Amino acid sequence: MFQLETRPQTSKTWVVLTPILAVLATMIAGGALFAFLGKDPFQIIRMIFWDPLFGEFAFYYRGQLLTKAGPLILIAIGLSIGFRAGIWNIGAEGQYIMGAICGAAVGLAFYPAESIFIFPLMVIAGGLGGWAWAMIPALLKIRFGTNEILVSLMLVYVAESFLASASLGLLKNPEGHGFPGSRNLSQYASSANNELIAGTGIHWGVITAFLVVIMAYVFVSRHLLGFQIKVTGQAPRAAAFAGVIPSRIITFCLGVSGALAGLAGLFEVAGPAGQISIDFNSGYGFTAIIVAFLGRLNPIGILLAGLLMALTYIGGTVAEQAGLPAAAIQAFQGMLLFFLLAFDVLSNYRIRMTRKEAA
Amino acid sequence: MTALLTVKGLTKAYPGVVANDDVSFEVQPGEVHALLGENGAGKSTLVKMIYGLVRPDSGSMTLSGANYQPAEPRAARAAGVAMVFQHFSLFDALTVAENITLGMENAPSRSELSQRITDVSKAYRLPLDPNRIIGDLSVGERQRVEIIRCLLQNPKLLIMDEPTSVLTPQEVDILFDTLQRLSSEGTAILYISHKLEEIRTLCHHATILRHGKVVDICVPAEQTARRLAEMMVGSSFHTPAKKNLHPGPVVLELDGLSVVSKNPFGTTLKDINLTVRAGEVLGIGGVAGNGQDEFLLALSGEVTVPAAMVKVNGAEIGKLTPNERRKIGVLTAPEERLGHAAAPDMSLTENAMLTGNIRQHFSNGGFLRWNDARGFARAIIERFDVRTPGTENSARSLSGGNLQKFVIGREILQNPKVLVVNQPTWGVDAAAAAAIRQALMTLAEEGAAVVVVSQDLDELLEISDRLAVLNEGRLTHPRETTDLSMEDIGLMMGGMEAENVPA
Repeated sequence: MFQLETRPQTSKTWVVLTPILAVLATMIAGGALFAFLGKDPFQIIRMIFWDPLFGEFAFYYRGQLLTKAGPLILIAIGLSIGFRAGIWNIGAEGQYIMGAICGAAVGLAFYPAESIFIFPLMVIAGGLGGWAWAMIPALLKIRFGTNEILVSLMLVYVAESFLASASLGLLKNPEGHGFPGSRNLSQYASSANNELIAGTGIHWGVITAFLVVIMAYVFVSRHLLGFQIKVTGQAPRAAAFAGVIPSRIITFCLGVSGALAGLAGLFEVAGPAGQISIDFNSGYGFTAIIVAFLGRLNPIGILLAGLLMALTYIGGTVAEQAGLPAAAIQAFQGMLLFFLLAFDVLSNYRIRMTRKEAA
Repeated sequence: MTALLTVKGLTKAYPGVVANDDVSFEVQPGEVHALLGENGAGKSTLVKMIYGLVRPDSGSMTLSGANYQPAEPRAARAAGVAMVFQHFSLFDALTVAENITLGMENAPSRSELSQRITDVSKAYRLPLDPNRIIGDLSVGERQRVEIIRCLLQNPKLLIMDEPTSVLTPQEVDILFDTLQRLSSEGTAILYISHKLEEIRTLCHHATILRHGKVVDICVPAEQTARRLAEMMVGSSFHTPAKKNLHPGPVVLELDGLSVVSKNPFGTTLKDINLTVRAGEVLGIGGVAGNGQDEFLLALSGEVTVPAAMVKVNGAEIGKLTPNERRKIGVLTAPEERLGHAAAPDMSLTENAMLTGNIRQHFSNGGFLRWNDARGFARAIIERFDVRTPGTENSARSLSGGNLQKFVIGREILQNPKVLVVNQPTWGVDAAAAAAIRQALMTLAEEGAAVVVVSQDLDELLEISDRLAVLNEGRLTHPRETTDLSMEDIGLMMGGMEAENVPA
């Protein structure tokens, strides 16, 4: 038999090694799953991880990579700051939707006027929309001690109802021949968030994501508030002793993660998605949770994890075209988090073989 | 006569440290046998192996002549070995009988169990009502629950881990009476402590451990306490010397401090009045759970109170937050090291940042100067002889005593004007405890007002100029330590004002 033994301190080697092992284990277990579905596992794995980058149609997929990774990274960075403090914002999807609605509403309000100030205003409105939506679980938690996991998650469904209502009513395109959905923002010069360099997939959201990674890195390693957030997550009583005021940490963490999710939503609606529609949201807010953990809540880790996750998304579509069910791809992505959490045990515990003794 | 328990060549190594190295000793039936050693000497690992919680790497044990290799505590209990831990595992919201039922393998019916509890408590003069709720019991009574839980199994060997650290002198007498009764009936007792006088009165033999090895086995009654301490530490050490102080002006003033505890089983502080002068060490005694934690929280600022209840140099500071209090020089060190005074998974540098930031100016516009914090951590480690490979090791990798030196040192080195510490030497070895006490006294000599909350009366009498006792959230009137006897203090702890104590 074997036993788990607590390590005297967290192993730095294992912290780095676990995500790599998790990816490998996912490939093995995922390969087995694909084999059960009657597919060639090696071919599917190659389709997911290799073809989007180096395959025949890589010129198209490579641009997609940054477009997809941008919002994932942006949202995951915000979530990771809260997760460090033990504040579990699970509702980034809802904040993403509300950011998109608010930002799009500002853009549409100016239509068809042209001005360079419109897009920046939309960005601010997008961030504020996400922030305001995240303030609901924050205030309820501070005032009534509610659980932010439940409240933020439930608010996703409320946000989805707002989205449906907006695309059918308030923000509906008056020239849309009755079809649901808003005007196309990416075709409206003052609000468009299109590719900045053709073929790279880089838009303002991707640039913002990279900037946020750097800012978050400095924030968590060098700033007092970043340190207080870490203490709050690891030892709440020690944090109180060190003078940290919990309500401020809650407001800050939920506010930042909401605002970043809102920004991601705005950049998406003004660019790749183009319009507010009933099915505008595509699960970035939930996938970002996996990205945050896969990246060990570390900004650089999140950058890499976001790229990897985007790759499985794109590779997933490639594989889907080859006849793999979409659910199999989702299961594959879920396995990644599963294995990560499983291997994570090894950062704090070591396995010790114990001799079986005669009874 | 065959020995009840023989331990032969037990060795247990953990990564980086050999906790027990070839340990051998014997316990006879009915013998009270002491295990004596500094913190980290390997006492806990040794008894954990005897109780089946840890498996030895090598060596063997026999119990009543038969080979004894407990795979788990259940096997140890079946073989007749019982243990009372230093920290109790009782559910506050359940009754005595319910708690005892939870630990039993084949629990009898409630009424039968209550009867047996009453019988045992009468037989060993440990008064305890099986229907009382644990949350309402004193620490001494809770310990009785644990002891009775053990006695119901009719053990041949009872292991007690620092049982008196939480008791009043009177409760200690009751406990010793029980243990002697058990011993005379043939139950052997393995008694872990570092209180030397206790061991000299109670124990027939003592096995002294140092760095995981047995350094001596002696009859403690034939040794002086000082000699025992030296065997334990391996060298002679310096006892802090109390100087005649000339206290300065009043620095800290508590004026009717009252706090309702947020914890349903906490203690409410009731109308505490106290003045502490510059250069003075004021001791606060009392059994844990009588408001010590609440007192510390109210002084650290983690719990705020009406402004006028706490005054420092005349300024009303009751409403200030912990960091605002640090700014004016009011520092505290809470009792619980891991999780309260220090963040377990953070490095010592980060833990130095934790409370040092304000007074040591480790941040500039919110940006942190980690190099300065690291230097401060290094200074604490050097000045207080904290045994650790370096500043980047996590707080939880330190032994309890070493971490205690670190968290107390961290506050002392910040030049506080007022320092309030709770249990400053709890679980710290004799030499390090002496160093911490000396540092607290030096701090007072340099003009700080020092308040030491402790359950160790010897410690309080050694270092404090005046002594008060917390009892059910009330503080007795402080008295000069020079004219107090142990008995006076015992009665103060029992709830009687010292003034009412007959001379």
